[in-house]
This record gives sequence, structure tokens and C-alpha cells, in this order.
Amino acid sequence: MGALNILVAVCLTYVALLFVVAFMAERAALRGRATWLRSPLVYTLSLSIYCTAWTFYGAVGNAARSGLEFLTIYIGPTLVMLGWWWGLRKLVRVGRTQRITSVADLISSRYGKSPVLAVFVTLIAVIGTTPYIALQLQSVTLSFASFARFDPQAVQLADSDATALWVAAGLALFTVLFGTRNLDANERHHGVVMAIALEAVVKLFALVAVGIFVVWGLGGGVSETLARIDASDIGTWQVDNGRWTALILLSAAAFLTLPRMFQVLVVENENENHLRTASWAFPTYLMIMSLFVVPIAVVGLDVMPEGSNPDQFVLTVPLSQGQQSLAMLSFLGGFSSATSMVIVAAIALSTMVSNHIVMPIWLKIAKGGAVISGDVRSVVLLSRRLSIAGVLALGYLYYRFSGGGAALTAIGLISFAGVAQFLPALMGAIFWRGSNHLGAMAGLLTGFVIWAYSLLLPSFGAGVFLSADTLQHGLWGLSWLKPQALFGIEGIDPVVHTVLWSMSLNTGSFVLFSILSFPRPMERLQGAQFVNVFQHSGNPQGWSGGIAQAEDLMVMAQRILGPDEAQALFQRAAVDQGLVGYLPEPTPEFLQSLERELSGSVGAATAHAMVSQIMGRATVSVEDLLAVADETAQMMEYSSQLEAKSAELTRTARQLRAANEKLTQISLQKDAFLSQISHELRTPMTSIRSFSEILRDADELDQALLEKYSDIIHQEAIRLTRLLDDLLDLSVLENGQVNLNIREGSLQDLINHALASTGAESSGLRIRRIGISDDIVMETDLDRLAQVFINLIANAQKYCDAEEPELTIRVIERDNCLIVDFVDNGSGIPAQAQDMVFEKFSRVSDQKAAGGAGLGLAICREIMLRLGGAIAYLPGQGGAAFRVSLPAKLKLAAQ
Amino acid sequence: MGKHVLVIEDEPNIIEAISFILSRDGWAVDTHSNGHDAVDVVRAKTPDLVILDVMLPGKSGYDILSELREDAGTRNLPVLMLTARGQTKDRELAERIGASRFMTKPFSNAEVLEALRELVPQ
Repeated sequence: MGALNILVAVCLTYVALLFVVAFMAERAALRGRATWLRSPLVYTLSLSIYCTAWTFYGAVGNAARSGLEFLTIYIGPTLVMLGWWWGLRKLVRVGRTQRITSVADLISSRYGKSPVLAVFVTLIAVIGTTPYIALQLQSVTLSFASFARFDPQAVQLADSDATALWVAAGLALFTVLFGTRNLDANERHHGVVMAIALEAVVKLFALVAVGIFVVWGLGGGVSETLARIDASDIGTWQVDNGRWTALILLSAAAFLTLPRMFQVLVVENENENHLRTASWAFPTYLMIMSLFVVPIAVVGLDVMPEGSNPDQFVLTVPLSQGQQSLAMLSFLGGFSSATSMVIVAAIALSTMVSNHIVMPIWLKIAKGGAVISGDVRSVVLLSRRLSIAGVLALGYLYYRFSGGGAALTAIGLISFAGVAQFLPALMGAIFWRGSNHLGAMAGLLTGFVIWAYSLLLPSFGAGVFLSADTLQHGLWGLSWLKPQALFGIEGIDPVVHTVLWSMSLNTGSFVLFSILSFPRPMERLQGAQFVNVFQHSGNPQGWSGGIAQAEDLMVMAQRILGPDEAQALFQRAAVDQGLVGYLPEPTPEFLQSLERELSGSVGAATAHAMVSQIMGRATVSVEDLLAVADETAQMMEYSSQLEAKSAELTRTARQLRAANEKLTQISLQKDAFLSQISHELRTPMTSIRSFSEILRDADELDQALLEKYSDIIHQEAIRLTRLLDDLLDLSVLENGQVNLNIREGSLQDLINHALASTGAESSGLRIRRIGISDDIVMETDLDRLAQVFINLIANAQKYCDAEEPELTIRVIERDNCLIVDFVDNGSGIPAQAQDMVFEKFSRVSDQKAAGGAGLGLAICREIMLRLGGAIAYLPGQGGAAFRVSLPAKLKLAAQ
Repeated sequence: MGKHVLVIEDEPNIIEAISFILSRDGWAVDTHSNGHDAVDVVRAKTPDLVILDVMLPGKSGYDILSELREDAGTRNLPVLMLTARGQTKDRELAERIGASRFMTKPFSNAEVLEALRELVPQ
């Protein structure tokens, strides 16, 4: 049986062992006996997935090619763990209090729960991690190939692609089996963590074993080996400061932002205090991992034939020395490194893909159909599993496309630079309250584009994604768009180049857009929660006794429901529970009914938040607060609507009252008017009836009386008719139903006509005419105007009490109107009555000789209103004086 | 000589009509046509009966009647009120104040005469 077959058998056994360990750990965790699972040591060992096959194999290769540069990859995380553990603590605290499940979740959650941001981060993470997974596949495939080369019996591994495919499929299966066994709200995977802790031990042990063999078995002891190192190129290698700085920065950033590192560092963290141990234990682990890298590289270069792949020295050096068992152990170490990385990375990525891409889409699609809550669980599991398979498939495809020939370190750095783009957004998330969604989006987009264009796409080689021409001369021939010499800066290392541009422009746009735009309310709240996480999340206090809580609930309920109702509610619950008194046990049923009761008064969200607060179930989350605010806003909205409605009702009531008053007034006016009419009609009727009875009953009436009484009857009948005519006339005028007969005519003619029809001059009233010339022509309803004139002249005739009554008719022409005054030389109208003369039935004089009903001036006023003019009493003229004015447009220019 | 009646009324035609029918019926008729001094005229002329219009210039018939009822000399003087306002409330007001009779214009001559005979037995 060849070594390769044994190798496959050992691998399968090893995987089976991992299964057992993971399974047992899971069982123990379920039974709650997992205290040893929660040791800081396990946490520290799980962090070792930072050391992948890249570290295991690639560090030696890197040392052989570039000297001590491989150390940068260890220095970055070491600096973070030693010098920045307080920052890590903050990150972990944020992760725990906000129930963060991934780096995408953290960034989107911080920046206003933005789904777009989550999808974007997930995509970058998947694209950035894919080369990394490919790297693991490549290293495992290479190590198989190395074994095969030293095993003459083995069928030559015909196809390294097939090996890679099998490895990928196997890893996918393992990850699915252990990564998606349960759906934990916290996304913690005890089994997997335990398995990778075991793998951490295996890979450390294997590397140390190879190192010991190399130093003492081949190198001839410590001093000999040191001498060899001094003699080799490695000892004299110059340190490229730029590249060192960039790589240290990059590895430090990647340590925080790599999805798998975030998973073990933050998501799988059980206890913040574990960080304290890890802050020294993990650097120690890294130091031991790096201890033998240089010796193996130097000795390997010495003992291995020219052209051997230094990435495989860890494996090929023991093999070449016939150390099958050691080689097997070394292989297992590499295998462990690769598998643990792939498993955790696949879990982390599948969580992101499933939570931020697949589930939202599924929920949107399934919305139309009937969704049973039980469905979701299986859908989530299915989407996780498919995502895992997808992630590994992508890794495999990258391996195929990139040709599988690149140095491990080069591939690893591409990944590092990709995920390092999360750093500005991540740091802003927990340290800068002013950072916001737009800034995060801009920074990530900028960084991602530069990274993809300058590092990822060129890594496939010319002609795959970027043509050789583009690589040489820049996109569209623009030299400043040369992928590996952006903006005309040539001659720097591609990785340094990418890190320089992507990180600086990423940070720049992040800061710039954050400053230029305003965070939404949700972001501000989340920002406060993240940045001030230590103020917001005190360590959870112990639970107070059930009685104390019930009392607190009672106090709160009394405030909201009122003492009587609250006490009744509590007593009812207590009786239901078989207790005496007012305080029931705070059972879930009781809490639910209490919440229901409270929500009637304060809204569901508020009730829930209050009860939760008292029960110490959970701190009130931002969503709770927002829901409370929302409810409050709705209530305020509702109450302001009520206020508006009430104001409207008040207004309507006021209008109705006003209308009512007006109607009452009109009704009173109508009554008064009817009463007036009744009086005005009854008076002539009385005479008519009385005299007609006299005439009827008295046969012997003498002729003179007979004539006189007949005459009275006749006069009174005429008076009645005139009254009725006036009433109708007034009614027509007041209702605006009057048809005006507009004609042209001379003012002089009109006045003469009026005088003639009243017979004024023959009745002894002297008429004085002033300013009446024959060239004043008007266009109006001449008959109506004449009616007004006749009325005024007749009034003077009736009421002028002068010895020698005289009426002056005076015409005044003004620019904008024509005025006709009628002034008599009588005693005039008393001042207090002047306002009244135009009212209906207002008779100033006590004399009834005129026989008028008091409608004349009221009719005049209505007529002038219809003609667009006016009539008014003109005080201070000696006698009664009325002024009739007509607008100028009625007056035509003299011909 | 018949009984003495004083007619207080401002409408000349109505004064004329009432005067005619009362004279013909044997009354001694006096007339007065404004409200100002109506009470004084009643006191001065001491008629057996007064016919009083409500709507008088100067003072309303109601006011005149009130004054007459306050004065011991005229408290029981029969007063026939005449008005062109025929509403119930006018009648009620007149009776409350103490009108002996209340008649609405236009009236029938015979009615007036009958009322007067009832008020002042011949």
C-alpha cells in the first residue's frame, strides 16, 4: 500500500476525528456542560485560523523568496492583539449587544440597517475571500502532488484539478454538516470552534515537529543552523520599508475584517475577558508558528534540489529525507490549516450571503404565497447550505482560472487587500459617530473598485479579464489608468500600490462623504449605540426576586391603568394562579396579558418595552425605541387630528350660531316688516271700510258728505294701490331681479320731466335750477332715475315746512361723477333721524298728510344701487338735502 | 245731550269716520290727534269714554292708558283701544294695562257702536 493511499486514509481518519470532536462539543454545549468549551484557551486557539495553509506552507516559501518579509503577516495581528485589545473589546461588545452575525451585519446595522450596504459588503467579502479559499485548495492539492512525487507506487495524480475538486467537495460537505446543523440566534458554533481549536494544536505541533527535525536532524543543532542562516541570502536581505509597512497594515486590517476572523473573534466570542488571555496567548502562538520558518527555508534551500517549490518545503524536506511519518504529520498540519480556514470562512460567508442576499429575496418572493413560520427555518438552512457550496465552488473556479501556479503569499495578499477595504467603515462604525451610510458606501465602493482593478483582475493574468494591452497601457489607452500604475505612479510593488491607493481613497471618500451628508435618525441612534457601547451596555445585573418584579410591574401598571384597574387585574391573575393577595407570579402568560392590557393605553411597543425593562429580559433596543417613538408620533398625530377636528367643530358651531343669529334677526325684521305692512294696509282699509259702511247704511246722507266720503274711499284705495306697487317695486329691486332699460338721454330733459310729473311748480313749490345745462348727456335707465328725482321732488312738496317752500336742484360735474343735489328751505331732518330716512317705513314727519307708507327713499336707495350710483342725505344745507351721485361712465362727453 | 266721547287718533280720515258715526248715534264727540298731551286733554275734557289709537305721534296709546290707569280720576274711565296691529300680543298687552275693550282696524261701525253702548250705558 503506497504512501499516498495511507495519506488518504489518514486524512479520512483525521476528518472523522474532527467530526467526533465537533459532535461531542456540540452535545456538551447542548447539555450546558460546556464550561471547558468556554475556556479562553479554546478562544485563542480558534483565532489561529488566521494561520492558514498560507502560513503553514507559504511562510517558508515567502522566507525563501523574500527573507524576513513573511514576519509582517505575523506582526500585524500581534500589534492588534497586544496594542489594541481595548479596541477589540469594543468591537466584541458591540457585536454582542447588537447581536451581530457578520462583518456585513455590523456595517449595515451601524449605518442605518441598510440592506444595500449589507449586500455590498457581502459581495466584497465573497469576492475578496474567494482567492483565499482557492489558496487553500491549491495548497492541499500541491501537498498531495508533493506526496505523489515521492511515492513511486502511486498512480501519478493525473489531474491536480480533480484533486482540488475533491478537496473542495469534501470541505463543503464537512462545513454543511457542522456549520449548518443548528440555527443559533447568536450564530455560535461550539462544535466547529472545538474542531478548529484541535486543528490549531495539530498544525502547531506539526510545524514545530518539522522545525525540530530540520534544526536538530538536518541542521546539526541551533548554532549550526544559525550559522547557516547567516551564510544564506536571507540574512542579508534588505528590508523594503514601504512593502513592510503596507503588509503590516494590511495584515492588521485583515485580522479584523476577514470574514472568518470576524466570525471567531467577535461572533463566536463567549466572553469579553477571553480577549485578555488571547492578547498575549495568540501572539505567543504566532511566535511559535514563525519560529522555525527561517530554519526550514534555509535548510530546505540547501538540501532540496534547485527549482523545488519552497512553498512545499515543510512537506518535501521530511519526504526527501525519507521521514514518512513526519511528512504525514506535516501534511496533516497543512491540511488542518486549510480545512479550518475554509470551514470557518464558508460558514461566515454563507451566513452573510444567506442573511443579506438569499433570505431577503426569498421573503420578497414568498410574500405572495402562504408563509408558514416553520418554513423559514428550513429555507434558511437550505440557503446556508447552498451558499456554502457556492462559496467553495467560487474558490475552486478561481483556482482553475488563476492557473494554480501563483505563489501562496501573492494570492493571500490579494484577499487581505480586498477585505481590508472594510476597515475604514468598521473603525468609523465604532469610533466616529459622524460617519454615515453615504460615507461608508462611497469608501467601500472606491476601495473595492481600485482593489479589483489594480490587484484582483490583473492576478488572473493578461487576457482573462484585462487584456494585455490594458495592463500595459491602461484602460482605453489612458496611461494614468494603468492597473498597476494608477495616476502615473510607476515602479512600486503592486500590493503596496493597491494598498496605498485603495486605502487612502477609501478612507478619504468615507470621511468626505460622511462629513458632507447627514445621517438618518436610525443611523444616529445606531451610531450612539455603537460608539458609546460601554455606556449603553452595562454588564447585565443579576435578576431580582420574582416578588420585587411583580411589585415593580404593579407600580408601573397602577401609573398607567389607574390603581383600581391595575389592582383588579393583578388580583385576578393571582387568584388564577392560586395565590392569595395582589401579587401574581410574573409568568409568561401573566406578562402577556399585562402587556395586552397596557398596550390598550400606551401602545404595544411601549408596553413591551416597559415590561421587558422591568423584567430585565433585554435592554430596550433601538427598534423598540423607534417603535415607541413611532407610536407616540401616531398618537400625537391622532390627537392633533382630534384637535383640528374640534377646532373645526368650534368654527362650524360659531358659524352656525352666527347664521342662526342672522336668521333670527332676519326673522325679527320680517316680523317687524309684516307688522309694518299690516299697519300700513290696515290704516287705509279702516277708512275705506268705515266710510263704505256709512255710505251703505245712511240713505239720507247729503250730497256734499256723500261726495266727500266717496272721495276719501277713492283716495285711500289709491293709497293702498300705491303701497302695494311700492312694495312690489322694492321687492324686485332688493332681489336684484330688476331689468334695467339703459338709454341715452339729457339730464336737463330728465329733470324737467320729473318736475312736470309731480306738478311741483304749479303746487306752489318754487324751483331753483343751478348748473343744469343741456349738454349733459347720460347713459342709464332714465325711467328709474326719473323715479328717484320724482320721489325727491315729491318729498320736498310734502314735507317742506317753509313759509315759501323752495327747492334748489343743483348739478355739479366732477371728474369721476355727476352730482345732483335736491335741497329745500324747510326745517330739514333732525340729525338723529338722518340715518333712518332710507329705511323702509321710516317716516320722519308726524304728518300723515302725504299719505306715503315710508317706502319712497328706500326705493330710491335701491334704484341708485342698481344704477351703480348712490343717494345720501346731505347735512348742513339748511333744509332737507339729498345728494344723488352717478359714476362718470354714465355721463357722456358733450358733443 | 248724549254721553261725551273723546277720540284720540292721528289718521284724519279715521277721525272723520268715527266722528260721523258716533255723532249720528247721539254721542258728543271730541277729537285729539297726538300723544304728547293726550292725558292732559282727557283730564281736562273728562269724557265718559275714550277711543284710543295705539300708534300715536309723541306717545303710544299704551303709555297714555297706563297713565290714565294710575290716576284715580281716570282709573275706571272706559277706554276702547283701536289698533292697526292685530297681533295677539298687542291684545294681551292692552288688556293687562287695563283697556276696557280692544278692537282691531279695520273695524265695523256697528261693532264700535255696540261696544261703546256696552261700556257706557245710555
